[in-house]
Amino acid sequence: MISRANLLKVLSAFLLCGAWEIAGRIPVSYAFPTFLDSMRAFFEMIGNGVMLAAYKETLRPLVIGIVISAVLGIGLGLWVGLNNFFDWLFSPIFIVMQAAPLAALIPLLVLAYGIGLTSKVLVVCIMAMPVIVLNTSGAVRNTPESFKEMGKSFLASRTSVLLRIVIPAASPVIFAGLRLGVSAGFIGAILAELKITPTGVGDIITYSRSIADYPSMYAAIFSIILLAVLFLNLLEKIETILFKGNQRGYVSD
Amino acid sequence: MYLFGYRLPGMSSLILWGLLWEIVGRAKLTFFVPPLSEVIETLFSIIGTPAFQKALLETAYAFSFGVFFAVVIGIVVGILMGKNRLLDELLLPWVNVFLSAPLTALVPVLMVLFGFGMQSIIITTALFAVWIIILNSRAGVKQINRSLVDMANSFGASPMDAFFKIYFWAALPEILGGVRIGIIRAVKGVIIGQLLISIVGFGALFELYSANFLMAHFWAVLIVLFALAFTISEFLAYLERRVSYYAAKR
Amino acid sequence: MAMSQIKEDSNQTEVVKSESAVSVKNITKNYGDIEALRDMSLEFPRGQLTSLLGPSGCGKTTLLKIIAGLLEPSSGYVEVNGKSVTGPGPDRAFVFQDFALLPWATVLNNVAFGLEMRGVAKSERESIAEKYIGDVGLAGFENSYPHELSGGMRQRVGLARALSVDSDVLLMDEPFSAVDEQTRRKFQEDLLSLVQNENKTFLFVTHSIEEAVYVSDQIAILLPRPSRVSEIIRPSSFRGKGVDNIRRDPEYLDIVDDIWSSLRTYVE
Repeated sequence: MISRANLLKVLSAFLLCGAWEIAGRIPVSYAFPTFLDSMRAFFEMIGNGVMLAAYKETLRPLVIGIVISAVLGIGLGLWVGLNNFFDWLFSPIFIVMQAAPLAALIPLLVLAYGIGLTSKVLVVCIMAMPVIVLNTSGAVRNTPESFKEMGKSFLASRTSVLLRIVIPAASPVIFAGLRLGVSAGFIGAILAELKITPTGVGDIITYSRSIADYPSMYAAIFSIILLAVLFLNLLEKIETILFKGNQRGYVSD
Repeated sequence: MYLFGYRLPGMSSLILWGLLWEIVGRAKLTFFVPPLSEVIETLFSIIGTPAFQKALLETAYAFSFGVFFAVVIGIVVGILMGKNRLLDELLLPWVNVFLSAPLTALVPVLMVLFGFGMQSIIITTALFAVWIIILNSRAGVKQINRSLVDMANSFGASPMDAFFKIYFWAALPEILGGVRIGIIRAVKGVIIGQLLISIVGFGALFELYSANFLMAHFWAVLIVLFALAFTISEFLAYLERRVSYYAAKR
Repeated sequence: MAMSQIKEDSNQTEVVKSESAVSVKNITKNYGDIEALRDMSLEFPRGQLTSLLGPSGCGKTTLLKIIAGLLEPSSGYVEVNGKSVTGPGPDRAFVFQDFALLPWATVLNNVAFGLEMRGVAKSERESIAEKYIGDVGLAGFENSYPHELSGGMRQRVGLARALSVDSDVLLMDEPFSAVDEQTRRKFQEDLLSLVQNENKTFLFVTHSIEEAVYVSDQIAILLPRPSRVSEIIRPSSFRGKGVDNIRRDPEYLDIVDDIWSSLRTYVE
């Protein structure tokens, strides 16, 4: 027996793909292929290895950038959250970065670092890092006072309070920051491939647009959105497994 | 942060960073970072130029239309989703997908569908902003205190009354929160759109400056952009605090 | 007044002569210009339960946290078993109003937390924790998480955690204020038998007059602005009559009434 929720999910996917198919059949634009054509191109590119080669290229700056942002961002965030001086020193920078359209830095990065891997990694980093830093520092600063008092009154050392109380208490918000950072990192990676030099998936999109092979173009876009969504869902699964007790309901009430 | 017993204002460390920038620039460590003073001088000299004003105007135009569509569509769809379960279940998965999807990948599609112009940028801006507005408006309607609704019903409020006197106000803090984040995203969207469709607004200006290695010009525009974006986000946060003073107490 | 100031009944000899486990000497606590506690001195007899009772804002939680070593007094000092308090120590354990359970840890790990911080080996601390989980009536819930428990059960976990470190002094900050009325009554009865069976000193902060009179050997009434001890009451006659009879004992009812009449002017 399929649950109502799952049934509706299938139905909603079916409706959207159906609408896409119909819009492609009319067609609403010469540049709007049908859903089935796009899927055909999608599986064709998977079959002939084009997709795999493209993702090898695309994922490199993305993965490097996200790993750097996560390690550096969480480290910096902990530091900023625990120390008033570094909070004063660094927080404004990241608050401005968080609000600012950092994509505008790309032309400058290209001038400074060329069109290679470095620039692309940096694009991913500047997009992903601010939210990771801000979420981490905010979460650490907002550790419930009674948790810290509890630790102290049961004679926990400063390190124990940090490792056993502050970081676990902050971890859901840190993870949320990580998810937002990854999502911004994907935006950065694609932006870099479209703006700096067409490589990987960006190349498929740009090239198939230039030869008017719209099904392939839509298929490539479909694949990157699918990948981002799958990856973020995976991250969420990891989080629920890692922090079983942190399910909503206790911390908030 | 306290220094000799005085509380330092929150953003005052930016002065220190500005100073560092000036020193790095003066030391001529890198061609890409001219001294801050030179950048600010350039800033005042280009702010009056037609090229800059045209870019600013075009950006403001695309931004306002994008935000307008995102806010109107976002709030209406969000409230409908919050009130109608079927609609909610059909749309929610897609809203969540597009909330975190790399929307930059969609810009090329918009370019072939709507041309290399203003229309594509407006749609990009709206696409960046709309999802979070939908999600927050929905959450705002969903979290409304049951007893408020029961109260309205027990005093015989009509559905219209209930909507405008209860639902809207009860959901307002969440809706405004969504609009604020949406607008911050729209700022990023409008710049990303202009960078990819680089013949209008600041996108064109950036091309011009980087092609001619006008570093001070480049930084001057960046400062203006960042300052505008920051001001907008702080202003919205201020507005939100003004309105949601009662939210914490319910 | 029937029970008068520090009434020393001759038939309660062990109470009168018992030494203090905790002494508070001339404690003053200022927050900026605000005087939270002024020159407060109090003795807490060993092996007994003393309540700190008063309207909100009278500084009773502040005093408890100073005794716990979580707050530093502006002047004055606290002695526990004759030793001056400089910070949290193994001689005291705290029970929190909001339970302060770690939501990501199981009941077992929450109860064992204090022992773990004291460096007790894993197998040993787990067997101790299991014993106390059983004692508070939560056997079988060792591997549950706090969010799966009711408010009353959560506080039992908090109590087991405080008991498991085997401190001389138990500091309880309005421990039952976040649980429902029936659970609360059960807790109060359990607390009475705990005071009898465990050889510990209990410091108990509450804002409920009935609760204070019901559970206490000694009640210190604090009044606000600035906080001071206005009265110390020792209920004497109903302690030995059994838990079921306390609430209809005339002395119990008189004390409750008298405390209310002295506090009512401070309630706005």
